[in-house]
Amino acid sequence: MPGRNALTIIDTRTPNPKSFIQGATGDWEVIIGMEVHAQVTSESKLFSGSSTLFGNPPNANVSFVDAAMPGMLPVINEECVRQAVRTGLGLKAQINKRSIFDRKNYFYPDLPQGYQISQYKDPIVGEGKVLLDMGDETIEIGIERLHLEQDAGKSIHDQHPSMSFVDLNRSGVALMEIVSKPDLRSSDEAKAYLSKLRTILRYLGTCDGNMEQGSMRADINVSVRKPGGAFGTRCEIKNVNSMRFAGQAIEFEARRQIDILESGGTIDQETRLYDPKTGETRSMRSKEEAHDYRYFPDPDLLPLEFDDAFIAMLAEGLPELPDEKKARFVRDYGVTPYDAMVLTLEKESGDYFEAVAKGRDGKLAANWMINELFGRLNKEGKSLAESPVDAGQLGAIVDLIGSGAISGKIGKDLFEIVWTEGGDPARIVDERGMKQVTDTGAIEKIIDEIIAANPDQVEKVKAKPTMIGWFVGQAMKVSGGKANPQALNALMKQKLGIE
Amino acid sequence: MSVDAATVKRIGRLARIRIEENEVETYRGELNAILGFVAQLDEVNIEGVEPMTSVTPMALRRRDDKVTDGNYAEAVVANAPLTEDNFFMVPKVVE
Repeated sequence: MPGRNALTIIDTRTPNPKSFIQGATGDWEVIIGMEVHAQVTSESKLFSGSSTLFGNPPNANVSFVDAAMPGMLPVINEECVRQAVRTGLGLKAQINKRSIFDRKNYFYPDLPQGYQISQYKDPIVGEGKVLLDMGDETIEIGIERLHLEQDAGKSIHDQHPSMSFVDLNRSGVALMEIVSKPDLRSSDEAKAYLSKLRTILRYLGTCDGNMEQGSMRADINVSVRKPGGAFGTRCEIKNVNSMRFAGQAIEFEARRQIDILESGGTIDQETRLYDPKTGETRSMRSKEEAHDYRYFPDPDLLPLEFDDAFIAMLAEGLPELPDEKKARFVRDYGVTPYDAMVLTLEKESGDYFEAVAKGRDGKLAANWMINELFGRLNKEGKSLAESPVDAGQLGAIVDLIGSGAISGKIGKDLFEIVWTEGGDPARIVDERGMKQVTDTGAIEKIIDEIIAANPDQVEKVKAKPTMIGWFVGQAMKVSGGKANPQALNALMKQKLGIE
Repeated sequence: MSVDAATVKRIGRLARIRIEENEVETYRGELNAILGFVAQLDEVNIEGVEPMTSVTPMALRRRDDKVTDGNYAEAVVANAPLTEDNFFMVPKVVE
């Protein structure tokens, strides 16, 4: 981020030995700050009327503005401004009613203007925060700023031996650069931060968070220091496009820096690239010289200004955010904070859960959703939207278990039937005779038959009462799993004369 | 404020303008003359004055989020020295 050096860094965290990295000379602490580029969800580009749709043919989403033809002028997309403000509100951040667009000058074939329109000294959003659930503690990660800028085009290098191919479809698409404070202290925290930020953006509908398509990329600043000591020199790992790679890149980079420092060397402040194939980071020397961006206010654009009413209107339209939803699930449905966190990772799963849990046992609903439904979806690589079992059906299964009509074990069989065949769970239970047998007469009959057929076992159980499990198992088998377990146990004890 | 020969070369490189060794001194003189002229502004007291980003007394115009442009890749690449399948082709740049 520009101007980062001028910033006074305030250490808000207490060193935590659990995240220390062991070196030859003792423990080290890794300091991480992130710059996340999030593609703004909009129909058209930040300063032109061409489409943002992913996957179109080369240069189809390009207007003469995006191709930087002489005389073309930028006109800002109001929705992109709204999206940036919404995101700022979601990050509990300061919204700046006046912000300025600057030109960041550099030459690269995927940047036809010769400069990127960005915001330098006066961004649209100032300081905010993101909360992370790390096991049993919640940590606060500071947001330094959020600004709007243009994306660049895309170069493809593997189509020709001596030429690169340039596609400007992304050129001019609106990005939000979200800069964190250097508050992260481990690769796990960094991954949790990316994940939480993605969740917030998806709730807000301001970025689709699709990392494979490049809608979210991270530049990661990494440095190491002795725990609680002075900050070290940082390196910036550019353009990391998955959470897993982010974790691997940080682990590698921290170790590399520790090794250099412990062998008496110094860290060069530089830009590095993470190579997923080798799991290593390497220096991008060619970028070094380009770091003189000669920012100046873009004379083609006036300052961006709006009033409190504009902000208030957007605040009013914000959806319930993950932290609030999680707290409400714990409060209203009695689920554990962990389950609430899992259920609110995606807005869709929160909605599904509420449809299942409303008017039912919230904990039971959460268990069935997380263990059975999510387990099954994961196994088949399906998303919740593709689930063959809808919230109404899962709710009906939970009802049948809650009322004692079926046992939990039969519930799993029922879930399987509904998953593969569909249908109304209550009807399936009726039609296929899956109802729990609570009629003691029927259970007694089964027990009597088993006792009569196994005189040897009856002798043994008298000496060894734990053998009762075998009898219960046999009876359950005969009942097709439908005998009410409590009733069966009680009756069996009575019949065998065991206390 | 004045620039030396090394700065002249650096500015040339950043702007992708070729400056021959025998031209450096000429440009250095011209740039310093310009800087000297502009330096007259230093005489004005600007304490507490906000930097001006625009002289136009109007607000930034905004447009609706609608797709109104694009879909003419042939025209976009028409002036490029080299193209294939509507891609621009440039000398290989690989990181």
